[in-house]
This record gives sequence, C-alpha cells and structure tokens, in this order.
Amino acid sequence: MIAKKFLSSRKYKKSIQLTILALPAIILLLVFSYLPMAGVFIAFKKINYVQGIFNSPWVGFENFKFFFSSNDAWLVTRNTLAYNIAFISIGTALSVLFAILLNEVTRVKLVKIYQTVFFFPYFFSWIIVAYMVYSFIGPYGVITSVMDKIGMGSFNFYTETWIWPGLLVLINIWKGLGYTSIIFYAGIMGISNEYYEAAAIDGATRLQMIKSITLPLLTPLITIMTLISVGKIFYADFGLFFFIPREVGQLFPVTQVIDTYVYRMLRGSGDIGMSSAVGLFQSTMGFLLVLVSNHIVKKVNPENKIF
Amino acid sequence: MKKKVLPQIAINTVFIIFGIACIFPLLAMISVSLSNETDIIKNGYRLIPKTFDFSAYIYVLYKPIQILNAYKVSLFVSIFGTVASVLVVSGIAYTLSRNDYKFKNPLSFFVFFTMLFNGGLVPSYILISNYLHLKNTIWVLILPYMACPWFILILRTFMQKIPVAIIESCTMDGASEYRIFFQIILPLSKPGLATVGLFTLLQYWNDWWLSMLYIDKESLVPLQYMLYRMMKNIDYLTSSSNMMPPGMKAASLPSESARMAMALLAVGPMLFVFPFFQKYFIKGLTVGAVKE
Repeated sequence: MIAKKFLSSRKYKKSIQLTILALPAIILLLVFSYLPMAGVFIAFKKINYVQGIFNSPWVGFENFKFFFSSNDAWLVTRNTLAYNIAFISIGTALSVLFAILLNEVTRVKLVKIYQTVFFFPYFFSWIIVAYMVYSFIGPYGVITSVMDKIGMGSFNFYTETWIWPGLLVLINIWKGLGYTSIIFYAGIMGISNEYYEAAAIDGATRLQMIKSITLPLLTPLITIMTLISVGKIFYADFGLFFFIPREVGQLFPVTQVIDTYVYRMLRGSGDIGMSSAVGLFQSTMGFLLVLVSNHIVKKVNPENKIF
Repeated sequence: MKKKVLPQIAINTVFIIFGIACIFPLLAMISVSLSNETDIIKNGYRLIPKTFDFSAYIYVLYKPIQILNAYKVSLFVSIFGTVASVLVVSGIAYTLSRNDYKFKNPLSFFVFFTMLFNGGLVPSYILISNYLHLKNTIWVLILPYMACPWFILILRTFMQKIPVAIIESCTMDGASEYRIFFQIILPLSKPGLATVGLFTLLQYWNDWWLSMLYIDKESLVPLQYMLYRMMKNIDYLTSSSNMMPPGMKAASLPSESARMAMALLAVGPMLFVFPFFQKYFIKGLTVGAVKE
C-alpha cells in the first residue's frame, strides 16, 4: 500500500526525471571513465594478439617487475617528479609574486591590460607553442641565428640535453603564469581592506603590509593549490614533453616522462601488458597521493579540504 | 594622507617585460610567415622580415584543400561538441545541485571519483578502438570529452545559487523537472553556461590528443593534428593535396614560411575570439579555488 503510494508520488517522479536529466552524463562517464578502469587487469597479463586480451595468459606482477628492474622506471619517474617539483615550487612562487605585485599597481586599467596579455599563452595549444619555440631555437631560429652571428657557431638546441630541464620549466611557467596568478589575485581581492587600513594607521609600509597581511591570509589558498598539484605529481603534461622537444630521441633522458613513455610503448613496441602496467602504476600513485594530501589538508585547515 | 605604494616603475617594468614575452613569440611567427624563403635560409628568422614576401600565403591559399578540410573538421567538432557537452554537463549539474535529490550522494561520488583515479591510456585505447569501433570516426573526437567532471563541478556550483523557492513554486504549479530545467534553470545559468561553454570550446579546438590516437584518415584530420604532422614531416606540405600556384617554382618552395603561415591560419581566428571572453575563463578558474 505504502509502496504503491510512493511509486505514484510526485517525489518518485521527480527523482526519475532528475535522473534522466543526468543520464547522458552517467552513460558517458560509465563508458569512457569506468569501463577503462575495469581494464586494468590487462597490466597483469602478457598480451598477444592471437589470443586477444581475454585469453592471453596471466603473469601476475611480471610486467611491473620488468619495468621496475629496467633503467626506464627510474628515469621516467625521476623526470616526472623532478619537473613537477620544479613547476610547483617555482610556478607557485612566481604566481603569488605576480598576484601581489598586480595588486600593488595603482592604475587599475593597467592591471586589466596586463591580465589580458598574460593570458595569451594559455590559449595557445602545445603544438603552436612548439612552433614558436622552433622559431626561436630551430635551425633558422632567432636565437640560433644571433648566436651564429656573434661567433658561437651553429648550436643545435635539439641535441644538447643540458639546456632542456631549465628550458622546459621556463616554457611551462610562461604558459601558465597568466592564469595561475589570477587565482591568487582573486584570493587577494578577498582580503578585507580593513586590515590594510588599520595597518596604514599604525604606520606600516606597503612591504610590511604584504608580509604581515597579504601573505598570511593567502596561505590557505596557496596550501590548497599546492596540495592539489602534489596530488597530480605523477602526471605530466603530455603536450609539453612530447611536442616541444620535437620527439628527438637523444633528448629522452631529460624529456621522457611517464605519460610519453606509456604512449610510446603502446605505439612503438606494442607491449600492451607493460604499457598498461606503467599506466596503472601512475594512476595508483596519483590516487594514493590525492588521498594523502587531502588528509593533510583536513588536519591543517579543515575548511580547505577538497572532499 | 598620501597612500604609500611600492615603486611603480619597477613593478610596471617587470610586467611590461613579461607582457612582451607573452606576445612576442606570436609576432615572431607572423614575421616568419611574411619573410622571403631564401632570406630565411641565409639569415635565419628575423623579428621584422628583411623583405616582405607573401608567397607563403599565396602557396597555402592557392588550393587550400588541406587547411579547409581541417577547418571543417575542427569547426564541426568544436561547435557540435560544445553545444552537446554543455547540455549533457548542465543536466547532471542541475540534478546534483538539488539537495532534495534522492541519489545525490552516490551520484556525486560516481562523478567525482573519476577525477581521482583513471584506468590509464591502454584500456581506453583498446576499448575505443577494438570494442566501440570509434577509430577514424568523427565521434571519437567528440564523445570522450563530453562529460568532464570539472565542468560538472563548476556548473553545479553556479546552479546551487539558484533560490530553492523558485524551483519549489514551479513544482507546486505542477511543472515537470524537464520544464524547470529548460525554462528556468538554463536561462538563469547563462553566465555559468558561458564559462563552461568557452572552456569546452577551447578544449575541443585545441585538442590533438584524440586525433593522434585514433585518426589516420586524411579527411578527418583536424587543425591541431594537421599542424603536428606538418611539424614532423617537412614534405607534408608538398604532398599531392597542395598545388603549386602558377609562377612558383618547385625549387623555391616557401616551406619554412608556409609552415608558419599554415600555423597562423589554423589558430589565428580563435586567438582573436578567446581574449574577448577572458572574463568567463577567469570566473571558471576562481569558482573552484576561492570560496565566494
């Protein structure tokens, strides 16, 4: 009786209708996000095309053992982590610095112009940026030509490994500074003016105000942004590491990251079990890190946790 | 009392320098595309071309089959993808924004767990290629990005601000959820929809990943992927689909400048469009990070 009443009730109809509105997204997520998750079993098999993925033999952790015992594992993991640490530390520091300085500019119109211009690199795809980089350090590049003219000879940027770590960090920060600084700028906007006014009455200089008001009050935001980035520390921006170095093999020791490694293994050697294992390694580490970083945020500053 | 400020000259200098660094590379590309090819080979790229030479553009635009086709693909994918994606995302965002929705918590978890863990490239690749048979179809360029959890989150935040009273009074009047959604919620969410729409448009327009993985049919190559192939393969330009304009000799083919010209033609239009909508991108970025 009660069941019948509920089934024809408005509440039930409402639930159904709301669910139907969400249905396309649910199906898409199921197919493109959850089904692949089920496919992680591939990492534990040695796949051959004859038997297909369902009939190929199970090999337990052999794919992982093979990967970790090879030089590759250390190399690509080190690269991925090292680059991300550089991106997070230098990138955050510069973004915060820019945000603070933007707030110190007196002509408001200038601030808008700066923000618009700084945002440009965000709209370029990595392929376009690769063209731009090429126009600077390619065989006919602006910088290459200048170097040649002042007597440094012909320098092939694309085969010298030592410049690339710094170069890639520089390029990545250039591309992201515009929009990351805006996040912190918005944070600064949220700080009540009363603090600054009170400090001014007490005779504080602008620098003192930044040190004692702006930075401490920005710290929660900086913390949460940093922790989000740390959660992604095993993931690299594929476009940056694939296109900018123009896929030059000699540069792999400094430009190969986990993402490009998995891609190249899948397309190149075709060892599906192995590339799947490396991918699973990345996803698992990433997942654990997000849990850990969120746990830390909860302890440090409960209001800022992600979930 | 004069307000104390930090030295403006120093700050503005820093910003002007970085501002130049942001625009400069684009100008360099433009300059190369307008340079004479022999000048390039002899002297390298310059910031201002020694001799203005439009032959790169003449070459690219003479029978621009390649680039026109790539434009067709990119435009269709971007526009259709954005419209479809915004509808899909707003649908689930609305459902999740309703506190009285029965399955709110499980559904939230369902959506946002995908941001924490993914199956990796290999299972996705096998699924899409061998089981869904989406390789070399136009849909493989659209479907994978249609339900993006981050956009669902942004829109949900926007929609949560709509007063419950409005929805309740509609329900009281006997309106179905579909009616409420299309006639009330969507119009009220225009800023949020614009934000998500623009992010989505940018994502589709700039994407090369899906085509790199799943497209090898010439007729389905979108702009960014075309540029990638051109970067790898200098001969790509001289392939049969590009014809020589009358008067141009094969020996003096403007390959370097033509590549830059192609690149500019491929992305130029969008680079003009997106900066105008910058405020929406900023809104989207700050909604997630800063509690209003």
